Amino acid sequence: MPEGTLCNKQPVNTKEQLHALLADTRGTLYYKEMEKLDIDQEVLRDIIRKTLKSRMRTWLEICAHCGLCADSCFFYLSNHKDPKQVPSYKIQSTLGEIVKRKGDVDNALMRYAMDTAWGKCTCCNRCGMYCPFGIDMGVMFSYLRGVCFSQGFVPWEMKIGSGMHRIYRAQMDITTEDWVDTCEWMVEENQDEWPKLEIPIDKENADIIYTVNAREPKHYPEDLGDAAILFHIAGENWTVPSEGWEETSLAMFAGDWEGSRLQVKSVYDAIERLKPRKMVVTECGHAYRATVIEGPYWTGQQSGKPPVETLHYVEWVADALRTGKLKIDPVKKIKEPVTYQDSCNYIRNAGLRKDARDIMGYIAEDFREMKPCGEHNFCCGGGGGLNGIGRYREQRNIGQKVKRDQILETGAKLVITPCHNCWDAIRDLEETYKIGIRWSFIKPLLLGMVIVPEHLKGEE
Amino acid sequence: MYNIVTGPMAWLSFLIFFIGILLRSIMYIKGLDWRLDRVTYTKNVSYGIRGAIKSIFFWIIPFGSQSWRNNPGFTILVFTFHAGLLITPVFLLGHNILLQERWGISLFTISETTADMLTIAVLVSALFLLLRRFSLPEVRILTTSYDILLLCISILPFLTGFLAHTQVPPYNFWLITHIISGEIWLIAVPFTKLSHIILFFMSRAQLGMDFGIKRGGMKGGGITW
Repeated sequence: MPEGTLCNKQPVNTKEQLHALLADTRGTLYYKEMEKLDIDQEVLRDIIRKTLKSRMRTWLEICAHCGLCADSCFFYLSNHKDPKQVPSYKIQSTLGEIVKRKGDVDNALMRYAMDTAWGKCTCCNRCGMYCPFGIDMGVMFSYLRGVCFSQGFVPWEMKIGSGMHRIYRAQMDITTEDWVDTCEWMVEENQDEWPKLEIPIDKENADIIYTVNAREPKHYPEDLGDAAILFHIAGENWTVPSEGWEETSLAMFAGDWEGSRLQVKSVYDAIERLKPRKMVVTECGHAYRATVIEGPYWTGQQSGKPPVETLHYVEWVADALRTGKLKIDPVKKIKEPVTYQDSCNYIRNAGLRKDARDIMGYIAEDFREMKPCGEHNFCCGGGGGLNGIGRYREQRNIGQKVKRDQILETGAKLVITPCHNCWDAIRDLEETYKIGIRWSFIKPLLLGMVIVPEHLKGEE
Repeated sequence: MYNIVTGPMAWLSFLIFFIGILLRSIMYIKGLDWRLDRVTYTKNVSYGIRGAIKSIFFWIIPFGSQSWRNNPGFTILVFTFHAGLLITPVFLLGHNILLQERWGISLFTISETTADMLTIAVLVSALFLLLRRFSLPEVRILTTSYDILLLCISILPFLTGFLAHTQVPPYNFWLITHIISGEIWLIAVPFTKLSHIILFFMSRAQLGMDFGIKRGGMKGGGITW
């Protein structure tokens, strides 16, 4: 069959397309259509010719087949060391085959490539740290996702997510009005306690432009309130943009590079418009990765950096604690054993290990590292969009056994998870394995232990 | 026959080897694309160089990286194999005498006993690497006949050289086979994944630059290999 009505090579650009996809419960028809979706081999060949350059070609060619990447992959470890979960095997049997056959591939291989690229890899990039040749299979799987997306082989939820970004410039259907209303609502909600609290919208030349994950206004608006209170206590001159406030990118998870570019551009446009001194990104890993680490390249920033200096929330907190903008009441520090889930996207792939440790030093009396930790830590099991894909839910749950065991080994019952995907994954892990743990973002913990400055006390 | 294989054929294979690896390096660098690879290779150069050096350094010394430390047996095999593979042919007394005779140049040489030990070390480690390929399921699934062929191409000069050196009859046969197999290896390097002789450095430097420039190297102390 050529193109399906729902499953096809066209990205979602209209609300009608989006609603049609959303109406197809669990993507039943979508995946049925996928089984008959044709491959445009000429286009595929052309994409590979133009975009698969020496770095990845070399990776595919020189892999020594030594198998050292096996133990680096949590999917391999959690699936009883199934050889078919060895990262090298997974990439060679998918992207490697597509390249070897010069795009002359069939529907079955493309579906296998999709199931592997999304269901057996979270693009955590851990394997790249363990390969003697420096072959980063996470990078290649991310590329493969783009190849699959261009041919219409993309999980249903990811196609919807990419469409959301294209239409709403957010991963969910939140309009500018919804967003502004939520900001105002959060100010009202906290007004009794903090009468001078503000969430300044579109304020020009502020010190900080704060950008978020759409889940916050949609599902956890109190997170926005918490952020506002903490900025208020720290005495920051800050603002949020009415448009360009969304940092996340399901488009990146989907391999929709044009959608990714459009999303990031909306944030950069807000920066150009409001001219803040710097940007702070909420407690989300992939949002930071998309907008700060990869985004500059999608939008062609020759410096490789966003238009202004950008801090992840943990960087802002660490800095606020170091400079005394936020002070912790020693009596209220966390007494129980606590551990930290290193988000792959801002720890391994953005170097913020030390900031996270510094924060723990200020707020926890019995901080326990996972083994391994920092850049070497394992993915939570739900990264790369995997949390949100129903088709691979079982694989996700199996993969989490590694994280479960790491947490258990620390003896901690509280896991600090300053990343939305990690937060979700740890919550689901508890639901599946019932190991008696709790999990939390940093903001609510800080609010419980921060010293309110004298001049704000009356307010409180 | 001896004159042919040590004369024009030797010239040809060395030429192919050196020009080949030079071309592979140039092609690799020319194929890097800052926008597609998402690494600003020509901006923030000092961070890039630091990242590249770290990325090569910690992997070129035994047990320098976490991955090497996690796999001590394999690490010993790999380093023994490669050390023997590189040191023996370059610093062998016999080869250097030949070099002196033909091209008037000579390098530092190792003793015959050292050369024998290194040769045996190469052969033994190759045998274990081969056994590892078949005994570990995670390696077996990746192994292809091409991998075995390349291993054979790499150890054949050592095996034949050792037989010739220990005067196993027929000496001339082993000598000629040794020279031809060495030339096959030289010619194979640019055309096969033996090109990792140079591309290892390229690839490691690239990933080092990626982490050094883009993925955190400019914020924290950079990645710990």
